[in-house]
Amino acid sequence: MIAAKALVHALALTPAAILAWQIREEFLTGSGGLGADPIAAIEHRLGLWALRLLLITLAITPLRQLTGHSVLLRFRRMLGLYAFFYASAHLAAYLLLDLKGYWTQIFEEIAKRPYITVGFLAWLLLIPLAVTSTQGMMRRLGRLWGKLHRLIYAIAVLAVLHFWWLVKSDIREPLLYAAIVAVLLGWRLYKRVADTRSRTNPATARPPKPL
Amino acid sequence: MSLRQVLNLPASQITDEAIYRDRRRLLTALALAPALGLSGCAEAEAPPPAGKPVSPEQAKAGFRTDEVLTRFEDVTSYNNFYEFGTNKGDPSAAAKTLRTSPWTVAVGGACAKPGKLSLEDLIKGLAPQERIYRLRCVEGWSMVIPWLGVPLADVLKRFEPTSKAKYVAFTTLSDRKQMPGTAYDSINWPYREGLRIDEAMHPLTLLATGLYGKSLPQQNGAPLRLVVPWKYGFKSIKSIIAITFVEKMPVTSWNQLQPSEYGFFSNVNPNVDHPRWSQKTERRIAGTGSKLFADRIATRLYNGYADQVAGLYTGMNLKTWF
Repeated sequence: MIAAKALVHALALTPAAILAWQIREEFLTGSGGLGADPIAAIEHRLGLWALRLLLITLAITPLRQLTGHSVLLRFRRMLGLYAFFYASAHLAAYLLLDLKGYWTQIFEEIAKRPYITVGFLAWLLLIPLAVTSTQGMMRRLGRLWGKLHRLIYAIAVLAVLHFWWLVKSDIREPLLYAAIVAVLLGWRLYKRVADTRSRTNPATARPPKPL
Repeated sequence: MSLRQVLNLPASQITDEAIYRDRRRLLTALALAPALGLSGCAEAEAPPPAGKPVSPEQAKAGFRTDEVLTRFEDVTSYNNFYEFGTNKGDPSAAAKTLRTSPWTVAVGGACAKPGKLSLEDLIKGLAPQERIYRLRCVEGWSMVIPWLGVPLADVLKRFEPTSKAKYVAFTTLSDRKQMPGTAYDSINWPYREGLRIDEAMHPLTLLATGLYGKSLPQQNGAPLRLVVPWKYGFKSIKSIIAITFVEKMPVTSWNQLQPSEYGFFSNVNPNVDHPRWSQKTERRIAGTGSKLFADRIATRLYNGYADQVAGLYTGMNLKTWF
């Protein structure tokens, strides 16, 4: 288990490590493979990985239900926290590298630009989830914890919207992520309906599975 | 294709012969420049070719800026040219399939002498000039590019536009075989743009055939593109195959796609925000060192060319006519 966790940590940190190396090269030589607009490249890369890790986190429950491997659940918290890490780095890059010197513009951007509004909202909603990710908080919150962490569904939708609204005309890439979110959330909806049906119909009733 | 491969392409593969000849002429002019006492110019970029020297008055006219140039590698590897894909790196990777020679341009509409001309004939006798312009993209980044080209007005006058010519419409080549990006309808192909006739005739408006003293790379709109420095980059249509004088405001691709976001005029204006990007500031992609800590800079009305072009828009509400 420790080895598996170490591997997941390493995998989740790989994009950050590659980016850190490229930023170092960019800083030292002026060409670190980040292209003509390295700031935009950094923002985009961090944002994309935040979204990907968010979706991987969301895929854990369906995967467990389909495969029956409960062991997958042990990776959910760390993956979720990595999603928060990349989202925070994405926001930090925007503030420190991109808006540099124009801090005050952030308030106007959040208020006026829908894609920034939803992106910022998604990040805000991630905070309570990150804060309550400890064992102690899980115990203290009890059933409320599960309810609170359903915020992840809204966050996923907002994150995709954030991506969708910033492209000019080619929606294929955000569409792909939207489709994945639709499948991941659709599965849960399907499960819920199916489980309710089987519970109300004794003929097909099976022992209830834990959510 | 990597940048190195692009740079290593034989000239015959990327360069229209006529343009190549013009380049030779430019180089000859460069060689002659010291003899003519034009040396001592501290600027790194090539001085303008002989025959059409850029005087201090012309510099004041906005033809040149002494701002730090964007590197050649960046100008040629960071492109919006959706005919070759919608990612910035797509055009430099995919545009080698564009055949720029032979190239013909159809000029028609409200003019006395319409015709379908080879590129060579279209610009025959017009010495290429070097113009160092700022380029501001609607997405909030900007560059400083030394273009080579001829004033659009000089070309248009040859066709003797009539009094009915109120606007000029431009069309980009749209060929599935050469332009893989056109397989996807990110834009209603072919790409179309337009200018009001007085904008088209303005001395700043350039028909570019090159940059950095070289012929135009495919990804930058070879062999012939428009450069309108006081407007957002997308107005500067690439790889032009048709120029038409028209009476009514022509359809433009981005306006057609999202009229609330892309107006016909699309003048750079920090006071009129795009619904998604603030236009108050911009990231300048320039310099030779690290761009990581480059300062965001304030965007100027008409991209800093207000002295030259503000008169074109007197009395117009720029919020309505954005």
